[in-house]
Amino acid sequence: MTRDPQDEFDRLTRALRDAAPAPDPATRQKALRLAMENFDRLSQEADPGARPIPDRPKARAGFTTGVRRMLSTLTARPVLAATTSVAALCLGLFVVLPQDQVPQPQTGATSRSEPPEPVMAEAQPAPDVPQMSDPQTVPPSPTVTVEVQVADAANSAAPVAQEFAAPADDEIAKATMQAAEPGPQDAADAMPPAPPGLAKEEVLSRVLRSRSSGVQRLVEHELKRRDADMHKIAPQANTEAFANADANPVRVTAEQPVSTFSADVDTAAYAVVRSSLMQGMLPPADAVRIEEMVNYFPYDYPAPAAGEAPFRTDVRVFPTPWNPGTRLVRIGIQGRMPAIDNRPPLNLVFLIDTSGSMQDPDKLPLLQQSLRLMIGQLRPDDQIAIVAYAGSAGEVLAPTEARDSGKILAALDRLQAGGSTAGAAGLELAYLTAEAMAAEGEVSRILLATDGDFNVGISDPGSLTDYIARKRADGTYLSVLGFGRGNLDDATMQALAQNGNGQAAYIDTLQEARKVLVDQLSGALFPIANDVKIQVEWNPTTVAKYRLIGYETRALAREDFNNDKIDAGDIGAGHSVTALYEVTAPGSDARLTDPLRYGTAETVGDADAELGFLRLRYKNPGEADSHLIETPIRPDDSAPDADARFAAAIAGFGQLLSGGTYLRDWGWDEAIALALEGRGDDPFGYRAEAIGLMRLAEGLEQN
Amino acid sequence: MRCHAKDCGGRRVSDIVMLMDISDERLAEAAAGGDRAAFAVLLERHYDRLFGLCWRLLGNRTEAEDLTQDICANLPARLCRWRGEARFSTWLFRVAVNAAHDRRRRAATRARATSGWGEWERNRRAELAEQAEAQDWLNLTMAHLSEDLRDTLALTLEDGLTQAEAAAILGISEGTVAWRMSEVKKRLRALAREEMTP
Repeated sequence: MTRDPQDEFDRLTRALRDAAPAPDPATRQKALRLAMENFDRLSQEADPGARPIPDRPKARAGFTTGVRRMLSTLTARPVLAATTSVAALCLGLFVVLPQDQVPQPQTGATSRSEPPEPVMAEAQPAPDVPQMSDPQTVPPSPTVTVEVQVADAANSAAPVAQEFAAPADDEIAKATMQAAEPGPQDAADAMPPAPPGLAKEEVLSRVLRSRSSGVQRLVEHELKRRDADMHKIAPQANTEAFANADANPVRVTAEQPVSTFSADVDTAAYAVVRSSLMQGMLPPADAVRIEEMVNYFPYDYPAPAAGEAPFRTDVRVFPTPWNPGTRLVRIGIQGRMPAIDNRPPLNLVFLIDTSGSMQDPDKLPLLQQSLRLMIGQLRPDDQIAIVAYAGSAGEVLAPTEARDSGKILAALDRLQAGGSTAGAAGLELAYLTAEAMAAEGEVSRILLATDGDFNVGISDPGSLTDYIARKRADGTYLSVLGFGRGNLDDATMQALAQNGNGQAAYIDTLQEARKVLVDQLSGALFPIANDVKIQVEWNPTTVAKYRLIGYETRALAREDFNNDKIDAGDIGAGHSVTALYEVTAPGSDARLTDPLRYGTAETVGDADAELGFLRLRYKNPGEADSHLIETPIRPDDSAPDADARFAAAIAGFGQLLSGGTYLRDWGWDEAIALALEGRGDDPFGYRAEAIGLMRLAEGLEQN
Repeated sequence: MRCHAKDCGGRRVSDIVMLMDISDERLAEAAAGGDRAAFAVLLERHYDRLFGLCWRLLGNRTEAEDLTQDICANLPARLCRWRGEARFSTWLFRVAVNAAHDRRRRAATRARATSGWGEWERNRRAELAEQAEAQDWLNLTMAHLSEDLRDTLALTLEDGLTQAEAAAILGISEGTVAWRMSEVKKRLRALAREEMTP
């Protein structure tokens, strides 16, 4: 015996209808109240002081976690000029309305099919109108036609800005100029009190109506500007956004003899590559920043002696592994070794993202473990504070000396993931805390640990990075530790750390945490030089062409080198920076361009003996003027040491992952062989791990 | 609130009476422009239906109440995105469906985060116990439908929502809605057969 399926379906739908619980009145009321509160808050943020609302909540405290989560992109942006940002975000969306939605003149009778704009005018009385018993709330109204015409007038009167006096009936034309005011906020503030009487109200409403189209254009303009800013600072595409630019091309020395870039000690790209490969995927080509991969590894460069400049350069020239016709110039820059015994006390503020997305085991739990590791390495008089942002936003641990490790560990254990990301608010609190901890001669640093879900602040990257840069000038540095994959916003991390004079590192394993936090505790956290810029002038007599491998996102203009106002990378105690150039000698078979007939170079140095001239600019921490270190690059053509070979192998690894236009038929096997030759001592196993990753990548690519 | 950079309404309660007759779409426009009373009317008008849909989507009263509250609380911000392209109710349902998806995804992440087979086994047993306790034909039946099918069913039960609108809300084609509904019927048939078999 079978039942009719239709019956079953009816039974189900009936049950779904009948069994639906009636809404609980109290819950319902609570939800509605919350919605109204948010409505008011949004009104207030968009337009502070426009009109008092008695039931507006006094503080943000009434929020539930769920609300925070859902409002994450809108509510917690006080650092970043809250008053404008909310309005701007909303306005940005408004822009999507096509221009032709500006209503066409029509008669009042066809109210149902009216475009939205006239509706706004009717339903929207002016802010300061004292009595609202006007007939404009009745949907179809002859005033619509009039208003529409005003709107059209406003359209054509756009780019004129004028002082706005109280409007009278005959001043509509003048009032429409108002549409070109710099922004909606200003326009609203400039609004005079409405004259009494219905006729005046009508005028006012016309003025308000007319303003919208002009505002719309302004908003479009603003949106474009912001869009451009966004791309300038942190190019973002999808949830996982990587900062990268096209690979550096081959340059002809005679045409462009000078190559300038910013030093950088970020290593995040290597860890991202590793985590991709470990998951059995080749990393996206954009995620591969070769210089970060090369700089990930410690190299045994000679350190500057005490009393010397904070850096020492070490240049090696050797045949390019993948091209017998060219040579690789490896520039190694070693920062002064940290004075471990008498370092100044550290003030560390951990700004920890505890948003819901941090729950994964490779995020918050890994972070907690990592910090536990690190705390063991601190001095008793170092101070730690913990600020969490998200659901449990606020200071989790007041500044505490590291000798009180039990208290610190307990605070760490209390951290729980949940809620939204209120990055900007958290950042502000972290800076306040850091400033409170700062004392003369001490180093204050914020370590922002996040999975990259820094969505709140970054909707306006300009103000966020400005803010961080301002704080940097006050002496508080910011480093960013990335955790987990999925919505890791590498581009944002990089932008933040670069503006905060810090290091961006990506932590995917406990071992990596040890490398970043423990081994480099003394280094990364003690800046020895700010704004380190590197410039190489190639000698056209000995170098016909050159190519900088990596550093695409860190290129500087030639003139920026001597401009101390231009920000560049910072180097901590013990850090080293490695850069590789592939250079082609004139007359080499590998040369791809014809020589210029009329060379103009006037040679100062020993034209035949030098390949180029290396200039290094840096500032001592806290100083405004830079110092210069100059070193000629001589072709020693000695056999490359292990470090040079390994750096070349990693540069090859990076190029293989990102397309490798210049590698010819040099492939994985050669890269692995070269890396094995360059393995050296490798006490921590970093290089062995890299070789393992190359093998993994080779296997993945063959599939 | 001035999402659309228009004026802010300073309406009195008495005006709400007049607002009662205005269409959802106009109210939404007004609310997006900062009209508090319009927003209040809109909420008042839609809460119950929204709650009903959330319940059908999630199948659990508490969850549905939470979700409805989240949606309501988020609505002022969301309204900024209101472009009047669809009926307000359709738009709101889309918001609800998306919010329900997010919620499920988060729940799934949470479940994964507390992973390990031991946890999984405990969850499974708890689930079984819950099911046994409920012994509710409706719950059991719905539990046998995939999320996609449940969402589709939940929406098609909305009064006055056409198949095309349901499809638009779910971001699928009309044909897929029809296919999913026939799939629901097929599953029900299979389920009925199972029940019949001792």
